[in-house]
Amino acid sequence: MSADLAPAVAAAAAPLHRALGLTDGELVDIERRLGRGPNDLELAMFSVMWSEHCSYKSSRPLLRTLPTGGDDVVAGPGENAGVMRIGDGWAVAFKIESHNHPSAVEPYQGAATGVGGILRDIFAMGARPIAVLDALRFGDPADPRTRHLVNGVVRGVGGYGNCVGVPTVGGELVFDPSYQGNPLVNVMAIGLVREDAIVRAAAPGPGNLVILYGSATGRDGIGGASVLASATFGAQDPSKRPAVQVGDPFAEKLLIEATLEILAAGLAEGLSDLGAAGITCGVSETADRAGTGIRVDLDAIPRREPGMAPFEVMISESQERMVVIARPDRLPQIAAICERWGIPCGVIGRVTDDGDVAVIEGGLAPDGMPNPGARELARIPARALASEAIVFDRLAAPPPRRRRAPAPGIPETAADMLPEGGTDPGAVLLGLLGSPNLASRAWVAEQYDRDVGTNTVGSAGHGAAVLRVKGTRRALVATTDGNEAVSALDPYLGAALSVAEASRNVSVTGARPLGVTNCLNFGDPTRPESFWQLREAVRGMGDACRALGLPVTGGNVSLYNEAPGSAIAPTPEIGIVGLLDDVALLVGPAFAADGDVALLAGAGGPGLGGSAYAAVAGLAAEDDLPGLDLAAEAAVQAFVRDAIAARHVTAAQDVSGGGLAVALAEMAIWGGRGGQFRVPVPSAPAVALFGESPSRIVLTVRPPDLAAVRALAGRHGVKIAELGTVGGPRLVIEMFGEGATGAAEGRGSSIADALEVTLADLRHAWDHGLPRALGEEA
Amino acid sequence: MSVRVGVVVFPGSNCDTDTAWALARAGAEPVQLWHESADLLGVDAIVLPGGFAYGDYLRAGAIARFSPVMRAVAGYAADGGLVLGICNGFQVLAEAGLLPGALLRNRTLRFVCRDVAIRAERADTAFTHRVPGGGVLRMPVAHGEGCYYADAATLDALERDGRILFRYVDAAGSPAPAGDRANPNGSLRAIAGVINAAGNVAGLMPHPERAADALLGSDDGMLVLRSLVDSAGERAGMIQHAVAG
Amino acid sequence: MNAEVIAARFRFAVNVLPKDGILDPQGRAVEQSLPHLGLAGVGEVRVGRRVELAVDAPDAAAARVVVDELARELLCNPLIEQYAIEPLGAISAARSGAGG
Repeated sequence: MSADLAPAVAAAAAPLHRALGLTDGELVDIERRLGRGPNDLELAMFSVMWSEHCSYKSSRPLLRTLPTGGDDVVAGPGENAGVMRIGDGWAVAFKIESHNHPSAVEPYQGAATGVGGILRDIFAMGARPIAVLDALRFGDPADPRTRHLVNGVVRGVGGYGNCVGVPTVGGELVFDPSYQGNPLVNVMAIGLVREDAIVRAAAPGPGNLVILYGSATGRDGIGGASVLASATFGAQDPSKRPAVQVGDPFAEKLLIEATLEILAAGLAEGLSDLGAAGITCGVSETADRAGTGIRVDLDAIPRREPGMAPFEVMISESQERMVVIARPDRLPQIAAICERWGIPCGVIGRVTDDGDVAVIEGGLAPDGMPNPGARELARIPARALASEAIVFDRLAAPPPRRRRAPAPGIPETAADMLPEGGTDPGAVLLGLLGSPNLASRAWVAEQYDRDVGTNTVGSAGHGAAVLRVKGTRRALVATTDGNEAVSALDPYLGAALSVAEASRNVSVTGARPLGVTNCLNFGDPTRPESFWQLREAVRGMGDACRALGLPVTGGNVSLYNEAPGSAIAPTPEIGIVGLLDDVALLVGPAFAADGDVALLAGAGGPGLGGSAYAAVAGLAAEDDLPGLDLAAEAAVQAFVRDAIAARHVTAAQDVSGGGLAVALAEMAIWGGRGGQFRVPVPSAPAVALFGESPSRIVLTVRPPDLAAVRALAGRHGVKIAELGTVGGPRLVIEMFGEGATGAAEGRGSSIADALEVTLADLRHAWDHGLPRALGEEA
Repeated sequence: MSVRVGVVVFPGSNCDTDTAWALARAGAEPVQLWHESADLLGVDAIVLPGGFAYGDYLRAGAIARFSPVMRAVAGYAADGGLVLGICNGFQVLAEAGLLPGALLRNRTLRFVCRDVAIRAERADTAFTHRVPGGGVLRMPVAHGEGCYYADAATLDALERDGRILFRYVDAAGSPAPAGDRANPNGSLRAIAGVINAAGNVAGLMPHPERAADALLGSDDGMLVLRSLVDSAGERAGMIQHAVAG
Repeated sequence: MNAEVIAARFRFAVNVLPKDGILDPQGRAVEQSLPHLGLAGVGEVRVGRRVELAVDAPDAAAARVVVDELARELLCNPLIEQYAIEPLGAISAARSGAGG
């Protein structure tokens, strides 16, 4: 339930609409839409549909600026999920959604129901879900509360995804102090559907039946609206208290199978899942999209609890429920399929032609009209609840220039940043590899079933997730990325970098990025600074998507992620799906063979701001942000895809968190072999080794292919530097160039120390970093 | 005419499609056996696939074993038919008493999904005759309740009678004790799979159907599935000879 | 100083069930499978867990306070579960101390 529903404090004293989270201005607008004052049930329905979570009232004007079109876009924003065609008659459905606030309250169920909800969005399009990725963000990993949240959320994601039989194949795990009071749980799901079998969330055809199937309706998720309960019933009745949403993955598995059978038999005119705002949302959105109305038979809705009030039934967020719109003569077949899978189903309404959502108590006759003596409890134009919900133009104002006062002696500029006095850069590398944000995620990933479906290719945690498409030579590649560190300093740049990094992660496998889904996690939009961050992030995301030719097919906005005095770092979580036409051409990120030549494609630049190194080294590098040249980003990605397609590349990895040294270390660990490398240092060793300037890729090629690769890079206008040779039990990085001399004078040396670490040490640091940070080491 | 292998589908089974696909690669014709029906459709062997039958609610396999299909499977097994339980399928067979022992929660109390190495302890069974003697197979596990347990007397009897079919082994090829990373769930005596005394019913926690394609990392699982398919074919052939007189 | 300490050990069970109104997937799955066992007339199945423990305390009331706190803090998730404490009796009384 959205967090902007005000707590039900002193319900008797506050006007009802305010207790439900509606402003006085919103009430006036409601009265204008209805031409009268709303009754309590109508007020409850407006309060959930006009909540930030359902209506996107603060963000819709911004989201309209995003690029959403493309030749291969089959369904875009506004549908349950975005869909893009991939060839051979197939299309891929994908979307990312948040379940942040429920996960802070009850981490297991919050995460579990987050997975359930996003899966429903996928199979509501007619697509069989084939993968989940989870992007999780928490505060200090040493804090007991963080550990409690991490454990609960990971168990919840696994508990739901594993049971429902969809592999969890990737995601992120990021720790940052700004998430301490507001963890983020963003879940992305992907599904496959035949392009001609896609079903829409519309309710066409007056006279058609509205059929609800799935679990019974209880009081799940009725949060702030419970003030209505105390207004109607005794405030002390414990069974009327709001209920945490509990997920049932077994029920969802049955729901998936039944739904896909119903669709395969061509029985559905329209389909929608029930998520936030429950039945109210399901009927108003489908009616609105078809330009029809829906008459709801309240009595026909199966309840889990006795004595539920009408508003509870209409806004309940009980899980694992779907609504299908069908012609009356299809009912027996739909009922038979539901019966076979052991799922309750019933007719709960009729499509009408009056454009309204009408709620009837007392039953509908066989012809769909209200029984004699039945009461009409509510009547609201569907579009007032859905596409024409209230929209705000919020105030945006950038924050005043605010610099964190650096501790005395802490360097502020990019001159030699390596810690002084003989510190071994290898030790810095091990420190980074073992830091919670860069270390191996195996502790989390092994709690997820990543193999069910027998489509998952490649090793866990080694780059983007790859899913082969059975019956074709193709494969889908998926990743999530979100740069909160730079976004906190420059939200436009942070969002653009996030799009660049996510698409680069896809391109280094050889796959072509297809489209973007995004989850925008921000603070309170009524705070001008926070809204400015959102506006800038959307602008940055839009510019990057346009420059890289990526349509935005849909997504989610989660606002109000803050407590008094502490807002999260603005977090634009970008999910990208890519297409590899021939899975045999897939390239992984592990060093493949001794003797391979390692190359760095793309020119590096200065800037340690927002980097993992700056965080670990305690640098105040706010003014030192990296630059992003979107044309160069597009070029380096196109180059590596072409090089892979020409079979010249044996391994490829993008340079991101921890910079070039970490990228080489990862390739070495995963490939079980080291290398001898030389890196030019124009300005400072730390920048060359650990700087995170974008648009760079490490690739390895067999020596005979070197000339061809150089020529290809030249044709793409991409700079290539030869790094060295793969092989041996150590990772050795020597430095040369202007910045490598004199910079280490304090260490009595005229050339910066080489970085030299054994493979065993690299692997040890990487393997143990996360369990150690979470206190999970044996 | 190919060997027909039944794949039982309970509500909540989620590896049935994968199992059917892998059996087809092993040369069999997979046949879905819906839990509500006691008609085994004349199949030549039966596989109980992985997943979360009935959500694994109450205990993994506890509810599934009362379904109509399981009564038929028990009869089929009593008559000597070949039955293989994979992961959740193994749990169902143990709950149904068709295999000894029980599968408890993993020692770490966490779900575990990763590749393991298992050794076939016998090469003379219907399920392992294609595995080279002492052969080590790589395949994934994915379970929260895979810790094999039986009391000491039963374990001794299993060892004595050669009813331990697979064990988890470490890099040196030795059985991996509980606490060793090579034993993913803490199973006693490193037991990854068992077989009944008559040799026609077996269960294992790792997933051979997920190691049926080199693209996915290993095709060692095909050795187990092909063994099953071949054995089923032989038995079907024998029955036909008998009918022909 | 010679002291006599009288302590007793009190056994309790804490029975945890899903709260009223909370979805109980396990209970529902068990209930729906009962027809397979040919059983009719069985319903309202709820599945929880039972924790048994023993507490050293001067008296039963003091012991119960300890159990209550343990139940609330650890054994039960108050968001989605409720608990009931079942006394199982005292199992021993011990007197310790030097001389008397």
